[in-house]
Amino acid sequence: MITVENLRKQFGANEVLKDISTTIREQEVVCVIGPSGSGKSTFLRCLNLLEEVTSGKVIIGEVEVTSPKTNIDELRTNVGMVFQQFNLFPHLTVLENIMLAPKHIRKLSKTDNEKKALELLGKVGLSQKKDAYPEQLSGGQQQRVAIARALAMNPSVMLFDEPTSALDPEMVGEVLQVMKNLAHEGITMIVVTHEMGFAREVADRVIFMDGGYIVEEGTPEDLFQNTRHERTKAFLGKVL
Amino acid sequence: MDSSWQVILDALPLLLEGTVVTLKIVVISLMFAMVIGLISGLMSTSLNRLLRLVASLYVDIIRGTPLLVQVYFIYFGLPVFLDMRIPAMTAGIIAVSLNAGAYISEIFRAGIESIGKGQHEAARSLGLSRFKTMWLVVLPQATRRMIPTFVNQFIITIKDTSLLSAIGIAELTQSGEIIVSANFRAFEIWGTVGVFYLIIIVLLSRASRFIERRYAIR
Repeated sequence: MITVENLRKQFGANEVLKDISTTIREQEVVCVIGPSGSGKSTFLRCLNLLEEVTSGKVIIGEVEVTSPKTNIDELRTNVGMVFQQFNLFPHLTVLENIMLAPKHIRKLSKTDNEKKALELLGKVGLSQKKDAYPEQLSGGQQQRVAIARALAMNPSVMLFDEPTSALDPEMVGEVLQVMKNLAHEGITMIVVTHEMGFAREVADRVIFMDGGYIVEEGTPEDLFQNTRHERTKAFLGKVL
Repeated sequence: MDSSWQVILDALPLLLEGTVVTLKIVVISLMFAMVIGLISGLMSTSLNRLLRLVASLYVDIIRGTPLLVQVYFIYFGLPVFLDMRIPAMTAGIIAVSLNAGAYISEIFRAGIESIGKGQHEAARSLGLSRFKTMWLVVLPQATRRMIPTFVNQFIITIKDTSLLSAIGIAELTQSGEIIVSANFRAFEIWGTVGVFYLIIIVLLSRASRFIERRYAIR
């Protein structure tokens, strides 16, 4: 489904991703963990080219993302993304946020679009908030709307960039629950997270990154119980 | 000698005519200026260096020279160069449009730049093109923030049109000039002309407060 080959990313002289290669299977849920500055968010953002790649290859499905010939807008409709800061559009209602991309990219009819949007809102448990503006919602609610918005284009991959890091502790659970449900539906998910509980419970595979490298990857059991690398042990020792 | 009130009363028809001309110039010029300003503002936030350079040259030249010089240049200077006559009204509207357009360009640029990177990224990650992101996500938010600054610029432009009296356009100030030169009642006439501008501008700023409240982002 997703192949990453020798991915490098430099910001000026600062090499953030040094040599990343991995493969993600269809329907796989992958959690990326690691200390801050380890490059995990940059890695995620390279997958849909929110960051320009310095060198290396990213292939999603049949499309080589990193090829200059790729229509990146079209690729992105297939890759949903959820941000730490939610980034809902504040001038639009919840429903309009979800309907925006399908309306202007897929040219979906208003009836179909609204039906789909309401269905997605139901899925994240916010049907009653359809006419609210983002500002009127709690952080957890905003993030659930952001997930619904990303799902509206029917992506085959969902990227989550620390989706619960900006939330008050009591709201983390509701967002993780929505993500768990998604995982069970079989959508391919890559989640950059500090929620070790979520990684342990939901992930098919956990990737530990440090210093721009993938240090260790494996099933949650491998990584959390049978940790091989010292650096991983040190990190887990601090966060668990 | 007529009483002050009689003088003002007699002057009203001509002053009202002048007011209509002023409003006509303002409305037409500001419509052009908004279009010019939007295009130039978008150019100055573009990734293309050439577009940015053109926009910044335009803004620098207009902001770096007095409006009166611009008016004279377009009305007296350009016809010599182009070997064609430009009617005063046309020249006046061109000058005011270009002038206000440069300032409005900067308002658009600042407004666009005030919208955070996260909004761009969220829109682009949904698959919206750069243009659609600007048009559907960034500009609607930016424009709301810009309303008070726009109104400020509109007010300045309304007052700037008085400079067009220098090329003989019978707008409000020129009407006052004509009346005073006939009746020498400077106190009454310039006082009344001032009140006319004041009324236009106060009405505009009241209207803008209403619009601001109406379109506030909740």
